[in-house]
Amino acid sequence: MTDNIVAETAERIFTDLADAQSINSAANDGWKSTLWTALSDAGLPLSWVPEDCNGAGVSLADGFSVAGSAGRFAVSIPLVETMLAGWLLSQAGLPSPSGKMTVAPARPQDRMTVNADGTVSGRARGIPFASDVEYIAVIASGAQGSMIALVEAASCRIEAGENLGNDASDTVTFNNVKPVSIKPAPAGTRPTSLMLMGATLRSLQIAGALETMLDITVRYANERVAFEKQISKFQAVQHNLAKLAGEVAVAVSAAGSAADSVADSTSFDDGVFLEVAAAKIRCAEAAEKSAAIAHQVHGAIGFSMEHILHRYTLRALAWRDDFGQESYWATELGKFVAARGADELWPLVASR
Amino acid sequence: MTAALRFDQIRLPEKCETLRREVRAFLAEEIAAGTFNPHEPQREDSDIPEFSHRVGQRGWIGMTWPKKYGGHERTFLERYVVTEEMRVANAPTRRFFVADRQSGPVLLRYANERIKMDILPRICRGEVCFAIGMSEPNSGSDLFAAKTKATKTDGGWLINGTKIWTTSAHIADYMLAIFRTSQPTKENRRHGLTQFLVDMKTPGITVNPIAQISGLKEFNEVVFEDVFLPDDHALGEIDGAWKQATSELAYERSGPERFLETYYVLTELVRALGPNPDVRGAEGIGRLVAQLHAMRRMSVSVAGMLHAGKEPVVEAAIVKDVGTIWEQQLPHRVRDLAAFIDTDASNHHTLEEQLAFAIKIAPKLTIQGGTTEVLRGIIARGLGLR
Repeated sequence: MTDNIVAETAERIFTDLADAQSINSAANDGWKSTLWTALSDAGLPLSWVPEDCNGAGVSLADGFSVAGSAGRFAVSIPLVETMLAGWLLSQAGLPSPSGKMTVAPARPQDRMTVNADGTVSGRARGIPFASDVEYIAVIASGAQGSMIALVEAASCRIEAGENLGNDASDTVTFNNVKPVSIKPAPAGTRPTSLMLMGATLRSLQIAGALETMLDITVRYANERVAFEKQISKFQAVQHNLAKLAGEVAVAVSAAGSAADSVADSTSFDDGVFLEVAAAKIRCAEAAEKSAAIAHQVHGAIGFSMEHILHRYTLRALAWRDDFGQESYWATELGKFVAARGADELWPLVASR
Repeated sequence: MTAALRFDQIRLPEKCETLRREVRAFLAEEIAAGTFNPHEPQREDSDIPEFSHRVGQRGWIGMTWPKKYGGHERTFLERYVVTEEMRVANAPTRRFFVADRQSGPVLLRYANERIKMDILPRICRGEVCFAIGMSEPNSGSDLFAAKTKATKTDGGWLINGTKIWTTSAHIADYMLAIFRTSQPTKENRRHGLTQFLVDMKTPGITVNPIAQISGLKEFNEVVFEDVFLPDDHALGEIDGAWKQATSELAYERSGPERFLETYYVLTELVRALGPNPDVRGAEGIGRLVAQLHAMRRMSVSVAGMLHAGKEPVVEAAIVKDVGTIWEQQLPHRVRDLAAFIDTDASNHHTLEEQLAFAIKIAPKLTIQGGTTEVLRGIIARGLGLR
C-alpha cells in the first residue's frame, strides 16, 4: 500500500488504534489520547520539523504519504494540522513545542496582522481542531512583511464550531495576542504558501478517504443480497461503482501529482499553484460525486450512525472547506489562466 | 485494500520537452505554409497526404517500433508528447494515426516477416492509411455478434459480409478486420473470430460512404463479396481474435487523444473572455483547466506505467471513461460560459463556429473505440464485481 517506512508506521498505528469500526462503536473519546500518544512516540506529528528542532526531519514526500494514510483512515485528531504547523514554524526557523497544534488562517479570506508591538490580531474562521490543541502556528502580515508566530491557544478567544464530520472547526479571535515566539517568514513564504500546503494536505486526505469509500462500497455490493442476487451483479450498480472508481482515480492521481510537485519544488511557483489548485478543485468535486454514489449503493444502512461509511463521506465533504474551497481555487486559477492568455494555456498544462 | 488504484507520479523526461519544442516548431511551419488551419477542426483530414509524408520524414510515426521495420525505437512517452501536440494543434493526423496507434502494433506482433517488411516501413513514412473493421450492421460494440464470414479455401480465405462505421475506409490502403472463422462454442462464446489484414484494392470490396451528423464523411459501410485473402493475411491465432483484440486496448484507451478532441473550444473561450474575466467566467475556466490537468496527469501516469511494462488495465479504461465524458461535456460548459460574452468581440465568430462543430461531434466521443457501457463493464470486472 505504501512505499516508505514513515507512512508504513502511520498505517500500522492507524490499523491498530484507529480502526473505524472500533472508533464508531466506542463509548467515549478515550481512543483519541491512546492514538495521539502512539503517533507522538513515533515522531509523526513533527514529521516536517528538522531533527535539530526535536522533529523527525522527514522529507515532504514522506510526510505527504502520512496525510494520504490519515485520509484512508479518516483520522479525526489533529495529526495533519500539527504536521502543517510544524512545517510552518520551521520555515522561519522557529522550534515546535510538543503537543497538538493547528494553523491560522485556514481560509484564504482571513488575514492575520502583526501589530507594531509584535502582538497578533485577527479573526480566523474554520480553524480545524482549535479547541483541541495547545498551540496555533500563525502566518500574519506586518509592517515588515509576512511573519510566522507560535501562539498559545489559551491566549485566544475560541468559539467552538463543528465541520460536517463533527470534528472541531472553530472561530479563533486573536486580540493583541502576545506570541510565544515570532520571526519573519523567509522570502517567498506568504499566507498563500500556507493555503497551498494546507490544500495539498486536504486533497491527499480527501483522496485517501475516497479510496476507502470505494473499498468498503465494493465490498458491501459483493455481500449485500437483494432480489435474490448480490447487488454487485446488477449492471446499474456496477456502472455506479465504475463511476465511483473513476472519481477516486482522478482524486488519487491529482492529489498525488500536487504533492509530488510541492515536494519537488524549492518554491511555490506557478506550476505548483496550478497543481495544487487543480487537485483541490478536482478532489472536492470527486468527494461530492463519490459520497453520493457510496451512499446510494449502501442504501439506508449507510445512512445510519452505526455504519462506518459516514466517517469517510462526511469528512471528505468537510475537508473541501479548509484551505480554500474549490470555487475559490477555480476562480484564482481561472484569473491566472486568463491573464496569461489563450495561447499560453496549453504550454502551461503540458509543462506539468 | 482490494480496490487500490495505482497512479505512479510520472513526469515527462527532459528529452520529451526537447521533442515537444521540435513538434511545435514543425506545426508552426505547417500552419504558416497553409497546410492546415488550427482553428478549423471541421475540415476533412483526408485531403492532406503530404502532411503525413512530412510527419513520417520527421520520424514521428512508428516511433516506438524496431528500426528494422522503419521505426525509431523511441519511448512510449516521446510518442505521447507528439500525439498531444498534434491533437492540440488540430493537425490532420487521420491518415496515419490509426496505423500508428493500432494497426502497426498488431502487425508487429502477429504478421509474418514478409508482410512486416513490406508494410511497416511504409506506415512509418506516412504513406499508408489503415481502417479498423470491427462493427457490423446490428452488432456495434457487441463483437460476439460479428457475422461476416471467412471461409477456408485453397491457399487462403473467402470473405463475405458487411462491416460498418468503418472510419476512413474510403481512403484506406488496408483494413485490419475481425471475421468469423467458426461458430462460438457453448463453453466459449468468444471463440471463432479471427483477425485479418485486408488490402483494400482486393477485388470484391465496395466502400459506401455514410454521411455523419457533423457534416463530415469519415464513416463507411464496407461490403465484401467473395474477397480472397491469402493464408498469411490471417493474423495470430485462428478463432482467437477476441483475446488479441482486448489485450491491446490499454494502449488504445488512455492516450491524450481520448480527452483532447474538443480541446480547441477551451482555448477559444479563454481568448473570448479576455484577460479580466468576471467571477463566473474565471471560475468556469478554472474548473475546466483543473479537470483537464488532472486527467492529463492521469493519462501520463498510465503511459508511464505502460512504458515500464506494467498492465494498468483498469486505470486505462478509467482514463478513457472519464476523458471521453469530459471532452463530450466540454463544449456544453463552454457554451454556458460564452453566453455572457460580448458577441462583437473579435474572435466570437471563431468560437461560435467551433462550438457548433464540437457540440455536433460530442455525442460520438463516448461511443468510438469502446462505449462508456463497455468500459464500465471492464472497470467493474477490474473491481471484482463480475
